[in-house]
Amino acid sequence: MAAAMALVRGVRFGSYSIGRSRSLIFNSLQRRGIAACVDPSIGLTDEQKEFQKVAFDFAANEMAPHMAEWDQKEIFPVEAMRKAAQLGFGGIYVNPDVGGSGLSRLDTSIIFEALSTGCVSTTAYISIHNMCAWMIDTFGNNEQREKFCPDLCSMQKFASYCLTEPGSGSDAASLLTSAKLQGDHYILNGSKAFISGGGDTDVYVVMCRTGEKGPKGISCVVVEKGTAGLSFGKKEKKVGWNSQPTRAVIFEDCAVPVTNRLGAEGEGFSIAMKGLNGGRINIASCSLGAAHASVLLARDHMCVRKQFGETLSNSQEVIIDACVQFLQFKLAEMATKLVASRLLVRQAAVALQEGRPDAVSLCSMAKLFVTDECFAICNQALQIHGGYGYLKDYAVQQYVRDIRVHQILEGTNEVMRMIIARSLLTES
Amino acid sequence: MSARVLVGVKRVIDYAVKIRVKPDRTGVVTDGVKHSMNPFCEIAVEEAVKLKEKKLVKEVVAVSCGPQQVQETIRTALAMGADRGIHVEVSGKDYETLGPLQVSKILAALAKKEQADLIILGKQAIDDDCNQTGQMTAALLDWPQRSPEDGTFASEVNIEADKLKVVREIDGGLETIKINLPAVVTADLRLNTPRYATLPNIMKAKKKKIANVKPADLGVDVSSRLEVLKVDEPPQRQAGVKVETVHDLVGKLKEAGRI
Repeated sequence: MAAAMALVRGVRFGSYSIGRSRSLIFNSLQRRGIAACVDPSIGLTDEQKEFQKVAFDFAANEMAPHMAEWDQKEIFPVEAMRKAAQLGFGGIYVNPDVGGSGLSRLDTSIIFEALSTGCVSTTAYISIHNMCAWMIDTFGNNEQREKFCPDLCSMQKFASYCLTEPGSGSDAASLLTSAKLQGDHYILNGSKAFISGGGDTDVYVVMCRTGEKGPKGISCVVVEKGTAGLSFGKKEKKVGWNSQPTRAVIFEDCAVPVTNRLGAEGEGFSIAMKGLNGGRINIASCSLGAAHASVLLARDHMCVRKQFGETLSNSQEVIIDACVQFLQFKLAEMATKLVASRLLVRQAAVALQEGRPDAVSLCSMAKLFVTDECFAICNQALQIHGGYGYLKDYAVQQYVRDIRVHQILEGTNEVMRMIIARSLLTES
Repeated sequence: MSARVLVGVKRVIDYAVKIRVKPDRTGVVTDGVKHSMNPFCEIAVEEAVKLKEKKLVKEVVAVSCGPQQVQETIRTALAMGADRGIHVEVSGKDYETLGPLQVSKILAALAKKEQADLIILGKQAIDDDCNQTGQMTAALLDWPQRSPEDGTFASEVNIEADKLKVVREIDGGLETIKINLPAVVTADLRLNTPRYATLPNIMKAKKKKIANVKPADLGVDVSSRLEVLKVDEPPQRQAGVKVETVHDLVGKLKEAGRI
């Protein structure tokens, strides 16, 4: 193994060149002698491979060493995320004229998949932040784009997406937060639940009711922290996603200028759903990263763990074979499902980028399939670790806990089935 | 300052990969194995780009010798801030036997052709660990050569009035050396921390030019004077033997011919 020289360098703040902490300590996540069959760089263009390399390096050097601490101490890693933003990760698919990187959905998926190997929870938040920045970039007018996007792309300011309410989760269109027009302001009343980043973020993209019942009465407004009437609930205690705070967002006669409305009145629901299509690919990509890391961890564990006289990756005794071979087959199945998931997410990303008619269904399929499969992969990886898998000293349990919620948010997997069924059954 | 810097970058097997010897014992397995830029070369590129940002040099040119794949390595250098690249095409058997002597001849020829004022190289490559190319290149050009980080802590490289100023930490404190340009500098690990390429820079790198050159065009003969006879893994660690007394220990050491 290359000489394990632990050279941890200090970070250079202020200058725009981000130094990386160069720890050449053997880190199984950095082990790039991975089998060709699960190599995530296969089929990518040279440029995409470069993007992926930066993301993997950043994840291994700046995120992975801290992921356990961020989880246990519930730290919102502002500095690390700002470093990521300086590399262009703050507005990956936002237009360059307002500070974004102007990349495609596929490039974005590749980047989030790689970043997620370093910390799922932080990457998932970064993807939500990206989604909000994109919504303002795409549906905002020039003043709004210039006011909000540059700061979001540099992560000088952080964003949250506010759709869900205590009474409306899957039935998002029935949301109740009202926005009554009074002069040149909307007066917001109501509350949002489970808001990622809530309380610590600066810019809130809020779906609220300006008109009649149902989706057509919903508009999208941007509310800034510090606005009178905006307050937050207590920080929720979660099973995972602990590097991002989750709080209720409460509006009590909160006055928001009409100039903060994105698009026209009544367009809010459509804006929200379009944001979510990309969001679903991003969340699925985060699950992929976790599954990829877990497959490698499980593989490495099997090469090291000895039972019945041999490592779990070898076995000579015929009788013991069956037990150990079961694990080997499990690993093979995990790898197969990982690659299948990856292909589906990347296809969905391309479909969305090209605006194909099947894009919405494909995004839903990707979210459904990938979050379910990757959770199973990570869970199985934990099982392969045996008792050690249950200890917080080992990263695999954090991957399991962090991606469990991906099957629930950004549209539950049940809602994904609804979307797909509807597209199948109403086509005829 | 109108200085031009030539930076050599080598494509090597990624440092995190487990190396395996080929069954025929002629070398290590490179097919299908992850490659990346030599870490010392990354540091060299970073230093060159920093000099450009300080406006002490005008242009940074990244050079690599090898087959088509080394263009990836040159692109990484471009994404870090180099202005253009030169790919010296060497493939097949010639590439397998390419060593410091041939590379230094190529670099010397390029330095003259490109009228470079400064060459920055990595101190050594992590595959062959030769630590020779910098010194040989300087000798061929009759230029001074310095490693600003001869095993001590981080230091600085600056250009002041046509001289290269190098500050390094030594046991007694700080040592400042001035070297006449043109010169060769070899970068050691603690010189700087290489930057991550940013997404916008990776995209800009696509538009930067990489010129193709053959060793013959530079008048360099790349045939090797060395022949690799055999490549083996390091010997397996043998089990030790426990002894009861110092007397036994001395006896065993004498038996093994160690004393």
